[in-house]
Amino acid sequence: MRYFILAIGMMWTLIGAQVLHGFEIEARATFGPPTNDPNLRILSTADISYFEPMIASFLENNPDISIDYTVASSSQVMQAIAAEQAQFDLVISSAMDLQIKLANDGHALRHAPLRTVELPAWAHWNSMVFAFSQEPAAMVVSKAFLDQMGGTHTRQSLIGLIRKNPDKFRGRIGTYDIRRSGLGYLFATQDARGSETYWRLMEVMGQSDVQLYCCSSDMIGDVLSGKLDMAYNVLGSYAQRHPHADQVAIILPQDMTTVMLRSVLIPKTTQQPALAGLFLDHMLQRAFGTQTGAGRNLAGGPSLESSAINRIGLGPGLLVFLDRYKKQRFLSEWESAILQ
Amino acid sequence: MTAPVVRGSIRRRLTIIFLSAAAALSILVVLAIESVARQAVQTSQDNILFASAVSIMDSVQLRDGQVVIDLPYSSLSMLDSVTDERVFYAIYLDQDFVTGYDALPIPAGVTDVKGAYQTAGFLGETVRITAVQRVFAIRDVAQNLTVAVAQTQTNVRQTVEQVRRWAIGMGLAFFMASVGITWILVEFATRPLRRLAQSISRRGPKDLRPVAASVPREMAPLVTSLNSLMQRLQVSLKRSEEFIAEAAHRVRTPLAIVRTQADVTLHRVEKEQNRKALRDIVRAIDESSRAAGQLLDHAMVTFRADDLDRERVDLTKLVHASLEQLRPLADLRDLDLVAQTAASVWVQVDPILIQNAVHNVLDNAIKYTPLLGQIQVSVQATATQAQITVTDSGPGFPDGGKSLLTQRFQRGENARGVVGSGLGLTIVRDVMAAHNGTLEISNITQGGACVILSLPLE
Repeated sequence: MRYFILAIGMMWTLIGAQVLHGFEIEARATFGPPTNDPNLRILSTADISYFEPMIASFLENNPDISIDYTVASSSQVMQAIAAEQAQFDLVISSAMDLQIKLANDGHALRHAPLRTVELPAWAHWNSMVFAFSQEPAAMVVSKAFLDQMGGTHTRQSLIGLIRKNPDKFRGRIGTYDIRRSGLGYLFATQDARGSETYWRLMEVMGQSDVQLYCCSSDMIGDVLSGKLDMAYNVLGSYAQRHPHADQVAIILPQDMTTVMLRSVLIPKTTQQPALAGLFLDHMLQRAFGTQTGAGRNLAGGPSLESSAINRIGLGPGLLVFLDRYKKQRFLSEWESAILQ
Repeated sequence: MTAPVVRGSIRRRLTIIFLSAAAALSILVVLAIESVARQAVQTSQDNILFASAVSIMDSVQLRDGQVVIDLPYSSLSMLDSVTDERVFYAIYLDQDFVTGYDALPIPAGVTDVKGAYQTAGFLGETVRITAVQRVFAIRDVAQNLTVAVAQTQTNVRQTVEQVRRWAIGMGLAFFMASVGITWILVEFATRPLRRLAQSISRRGPKDLRPVAASVPREMAPLVTSLNSLMQRLQVSLKRSEEFIAEAAHRVRTPLAIVRTQADVTLHRVEKEQNRKALRDIVRAIDESSRAAGQLLDHAMVTFRADDLDRERVDLTKLVHASLEQLRPLADLRDLDLVAQTAASVWVQVDPILIQNAVHNVLDNAIKYTPLLGQIQVSVQATATQAQITVTDSGPGFPDGGKSLLTQRFQRGENARGVVGSGLGLTIVRDVMAAHNGTLEISNITQGGACVILSLPLE
């Protein structure tokens, strides 16, 4: 931390930025030497605290670089790059489908990663989109709830549990509102693709008045505060980094764990392609370099070894669920399952 | 000898022609393979795109008079399964855009029975587009639903590049093999020429026989003219030898008459001055007569050497006959003729020629050995050879003049005052050569010359 200066904290309502950009931003920070014209502009869906270590390690070797880090929702990231041609040098997002769409529609530059980094086949697409962390969709549950679940942690057992005690869990289960959250939609479509159980689970949850959230952090916060017994399909990594993480349990569904890849690309609007490439290589080095171990979970999330992994593939298959009609259809099915 | 005027080389010309052809063929093969590969890969891409478009088409349903499209996950993911490809799609109902990428060009000519294909640039890259069409009756109105699916050509490029690299490798290998084959071909093609040249250059100076070895048809005219040239040469050579023989013969007879007359006159003349003149005349006549005789001998040897009249001959007997013939001449000079001969040594030779050779050697010895000297003659048989050795007590051969002795009309430096033509050893050498024998001459340490005639045993 001593190598860089955290200049500005979070600005939840940033009027100045809204003048600059048409899209909505959630937070902004600059690192490195103070300047009005930062060298590297990063647009990201990840919280500042989540990404800080990555920037810090980069600045250790490149102390002269100033970095502007802007946080926005995945749909706003899409809006900024695809529609507004906003000038950023790197785009980091957990919404794999939107990242793929950006690249597929020609908004990304190709980049040849360093040969020293052994990139797994699943971690890159078309030399444009690069995964740098894999994060499972987990169930975050309170200790009390964990006791009731018993030994088996599958969607099937969860359905059984809720069915048996419909009143007990009424209003005490939370999940993404997939109409508002891109990540929630991604998890939902992958779940639905993986098994029919997903729809039955949604029906059961709908019957017990499931609470809908926009973001993982809110959901986890409510589990911690006792407002919820369980959050379904949240990022386990967020719960793990929470200061009171020991009060909740992070469970990976044993029948199938959907794993999301956080990915990065260099948008065509970049003014600093070389510097962007340097930072990207740094990210890949940290994620897949020999020192840190291949496929390491950047945020130190739960171990992926024991579960049946469904790693979401980077590829144009993801575009299918972005199709207008496909999405309408999926959302209407989801609504009819959840909102009864 | 004048060097031939050389222009160009058959070997080089053949090599250039063959290698150019091979190179052209290699390039052609590479281009052909590449073109076939490109077509094959394009067809396979079209098939995948077609399958994708059909799978989208199959997901279309009519519900309450509305077209409902449920894009299958695999319809786009299948396009990305081998290599990373950007994919695009567009769906139209008649002319109205339904979903997908509205800027995507739709290949012309698509009908509900036949797909259409097109290559076009889209969003910064070259894409291959396939469209299929199907007719739906919507509220009793027939409407065309068109599905177009497009894909970048990374795989096509990579595969074609791979095939091209492979084809270039094959082309190079083919060319290298051609180089080897060309070398062998050229070697084969020019071998008869070299063989002919060798067989002619190996020949002895008097070997003017026609070329008997078989040659390829293309070389027949060359050999025919060569043979005819040699035949003419032989005829002309023979004619000149005959002319010399005739001339010598015609000179010899009158010389004999003149010699007799000179002898008779010598006996009658008393004045010393005149006698000396007459003796000089006699000596000159002797010399001319002898030269004519040797010219005749030489012509005979040359004539017979080409076509030896071999028979089984006892060399001992032959040498003794010569000795007896020459003994009176030796006695005139008080020479001691010693013969050490084996019982009998049989050889297959032309007796007339061998006789002539032995005669010449002995005649030389007698001539060059001073009065009261000794001449030793031996006939021996070794394992493979019959040897006639003649040694005398004369002055020997002058140093360094050995080779000159066997040339025509050369005489030893110490031969002054001795009757001779210089043809003697030439005749001996030619006779021995005709019999595959050898002539060796040397000086012996006690003084005197040594001549060894070697002949292969029968």
